[in-house]
Amino acid sequence: MRFRGKMVDFNCIQHFAKLMLSVSKLAKTCVMRLSESKLYLVLSDRVSSSGTAIWCEIPQVNLFDEYAMDGVSPEANEIYLELTSDLVSSAVRSLLSGPGLSAKNCKLKLTKKQTPCLTFDIELPSLTNQSRHIVHDVPVAVIPRRLWVDFTEPDSPQFHATCYLPPLKTLQGVLDKMKNISSYLILELNRRGDMNLRMETDSVVIVTHFRHLDIPTWNEAPGGLCSPDRDDAEFASAKVDIRKVLHFLTSQQLNPMKVVCNIVEDKLIHFFLIHQDMTLQYFLPAVVS
Amino acid sequence: MSVLTDSYTAQIPNILEVECDNAKIIHNLIKVVHFNDVATVFLSEHGVKVTVEESKCIQANVFLQSSLFQEFHLVEDTAFCISLGVWLDCLSIFGGGKDSGRTTLKMSYKGMGYPLELVVEDNGIVTDCAIQTLEPDTCLDFNFSSANVVNKIIIQSECLKDFFSEFDPSSEVVEFFLSPDAPYFRMTTFGNAGRIDTEIPKKSDIIETFECTSTQTSRYRLALLKPCIKPLMISTKTSIRTDSRGFISLQFLIRNSDSQISFVEFYCAPDEEIQE
Repeated sequence: MRFRGKMVDFNCIQHFAKLMLSVSKLAKTCVMRLSESKLYLVLSDRVSSSGTAIWCEIPQVNLFDEYAMDGVSPEANEIYLELTSDLVSSAVRSLLSGPGLSAKNCKLKLTKKQTPCLTFDIELPSLTNQSRHIVHDVPVAVIPRRLWVDFTEPDSPQFHATCYLPPLKTLQGVLDKMKNISSYLILELNRRGDMNLRMETDSVVIVTHFRHLDIPTWNEAPGGLCSPDRDDAEFASAKVDIRKVLHFLTSQQLNPMKVVCNIVEDKLIHFFLIHQDMTLQYFLPAVVS
Repeated sequence: MSVLTDSYTAQIPNILEVECDNAKIIHNLIKVVHFNDVATVFLSEHGVKVTVEESKCIQANVFLQSSLFQEFHLVEDTAFCISLGVWLDCLSIFGGGKDSGRTTLKMSYKGMGYPLELVVEDNGIVTDCAIQTLEPDTCLDFNFSSANVVNKIIIQSECLKDFFSEFDPSSEVVEFFLSPDAPYFRMTTFGNAGRIDTEIPKKSDIIETFECTSTQTSRYRLALLKPCIKPLMISTKTSIRTDSRGFISLQFLIRNSDSQISFVEFYCAPDEEIQE
């Protein structure tokens, strides 16, 4: 097994660093899956986080100038690595800073020190002729092939309604205030682009209404609409832990172009973040009420 | 008006219907009396009065006069109790420091047993709230009338803010001395650092009005005066009045961002222990 990649473009490096930071904030460990054409980040705390899952994929050409890998075997030409979030964040912080001060390039290599490591070899700008390097050896666990099945892309569910979310900043602001009132949020969505965020406690009922949200066309929303005969005005609802939603929104270091929200009534809320060169999905199961 | 009421309840007429084009003003005024969560709200033709009490010794009232609202309709005087924390959370749902857009507010109330309904709107996004109300508590009547006022000072809040926030926290009481004779106005604490006096002569620039008829010394528990600091911080002028029993009334004049004026009033009973 071997892996070697090199990033030289300022934007690619910043993008990669911010992505790793976003993902590190969400779970203690994450799985990086390397294939010939794509880099995937998978978090599936199926046991501890009651079923939340994150799936991110980027074509490697969008990040790397040079990319070479040999997987476990020619038929299974992929590498699955388990990374510790804290260690990865420390490494990528060396990549982040303004233009002029930022890393000139970053090489990623699978190496074997006392344990297998993902080595970040970062070249920083230098005032002298000699180049300045910082090297982070991030210990990783190589995931054996028999466990790969745990890290496949979750099925895009058939959903009852879909929409593009309103500006994340606005949504975050409202959710931040609503979290003081209750831990559970009922998200309601219909097929006309109307969304309600509802909370009910003994002392207050509070509903925030978003109207006329854009609706993704079928191509952009995988899975597809189920029950096509359903009335457009009818709301599908799901009850979720508001802190999980907020935590996910606030951890995003990159601004997506659009965020699709799909809802499977009483079962699941699926956020699909569309960035210029990658996609990130967040599956949040509903709370049983 | 609100989507939260079912069709049956919607037919019951509102006792109160108000509209305000800047929810932040209402929020900021109510916030300064949030030293206890449960407040009694009095509705009258003059406006909305929010009263908060503590230990049966202090009472704060904030007046949201009817002129603060673009629309104010009230059928009959009434009162209820409500959780300030929840009310404030609803008023500031579109929070954020920056006033990017004005948040408009509508409030309505149908009477005893019905919730206070709010409709808060910012930039096309609407939030409906229905906050449970409770039967009103009987509030203390401090019986503080202008007729019994012995001493009165109107002072600029700018300096008073500093004095109040710098009171020695290790002192249990603050002693107020007011007199037509020198030293005129003095506040004293008795903490670990010893006795600390702050004296302000009547001719001082920061004193706008000085009407003291007799020499008075009264002490108040510092912990009970602490809730004064919030309204004091946002006020421009403060009136300090004491009556023959030694009760103190502090009235804070607050200039809202719309340049309208509102008042917060604060009453405190003297500390029984020492009366010199």
